[in-house]
Amino acid sequence: MNGRLVWRVARLVEARDETPTARTLVLEVPDWPGHLPGQHVDVRLTATDGYSAQRSYSIASAAGAEGDTRVELTVQRVPDGEVSPYLAEVFAVGDPVELRGPVGGWFVWRAADPAPVLLIGGGSGIVPLMAMVRARAAAGSRVPFRLIYSVRSPEDVLYADELRRRGRDDFGLDVAYVYTRQSPEGFPRPPGRIGLATLAGHGWPADFAPACFVCGPTGFVETVADFLVAQGHDPRRVKTERFGPSGG
Amino acid sequence: MAESVLDGNALAGPLRELFAVDVTAAIGRCEGCGRVGPVATLVLYGPAPGLVARCPGCDAVVLRLVRGPDRAWLDLRGVTSLEIPLNSHLSGQI
Repeated sequence: MNGRLVWRVARLVEARDETPTARTLVLEVPDWPGHLPGQHVDVRLTATDGYSAQRSYSIASAAGAEGDTRVELTVQRVPDGEVSPYLAEVFAVGDPVELRGPVGGWFVWRAADPAPVLLIGGGSGIVPLMAMVRARAAAGSRVPFRLIYSVRSPEDVLYADELRRRGRDDFGLDVAYVYTRQSPEGFPRPPGRIGLATLAGHGWPADFAPACFVCGPTGFVETVADFLVAQGHDPRRVKTERFGPSGG
Repeated sequence: MAESVLDGNALAGPLRELFAVDVTAAIGRCEGCGRVGPVATLVLYGPAPGLVARCPGCDAVVLRLVRGPDRAWLDLRGVTSLEIPLNSHLSGQI
């Protein structure tokens, strides 16, 4: 531990559009100490009149080698939000932003944990789960991972190309999709919410005692966590992270 | 009711400003109903005028945190005990 948590001034070095309403920000953060997948940062914007607004964003990237000071966040623009429209649209390469972290010691995956992993993300709840998928690959881990990603339509899928590639190349990683509004052509199921059948077909049996990570909007997280417990998963093995409808 | 619903995970930054360890991974006992669970699983309302964390079991207020320019007010009225992990792999990470 290094004493009190401090605000650092980060700078945007690169931005990548993920979907029409979300983009990934690659930030250079001086003295970044590294992080675990699932951790987040607090970001603070301050207006010239002193008014400031603060939000938490999950880290999307795996930690790099020691001394790597780049951190990636993926920001979904929330209409009428105070912070996300700025970060998703206005914030430009070279611009500074205040950031502190990494923080959070509960919703994290540790490569030393040998248990199989079940990741269930709703919408932009995929972000911290993607950090876990990336960290698994970076660590050369053979821990079996299953990811179920619930998303409105194919156009809303974050990291689409990378997930396609990793689903094919990352040995021991399975990726399944649930489309809630519009399925791609030829998809075997009509659009709909995640259900017990999907969890039974693409998750792990409870007696495998997997580590489960569920992230998404409140209603999604509560529904999925209840399903998992009903399937016999130990509630202590079901970790959740939720964000509100106006988290913007 | 408050404008946005988050969970106790989002308390990690505000509490790490006050404490040397990550309190969100601590296991708390609710004074209202006796529920035992990580601080990260509390239901969180905020941010203005402060953060209010409620028990997901009985909805009682467990914790309130208000941050002013030069001080913070922390009200732990609803937690009777905290079990805080100290051998975390996070040591030195933060």
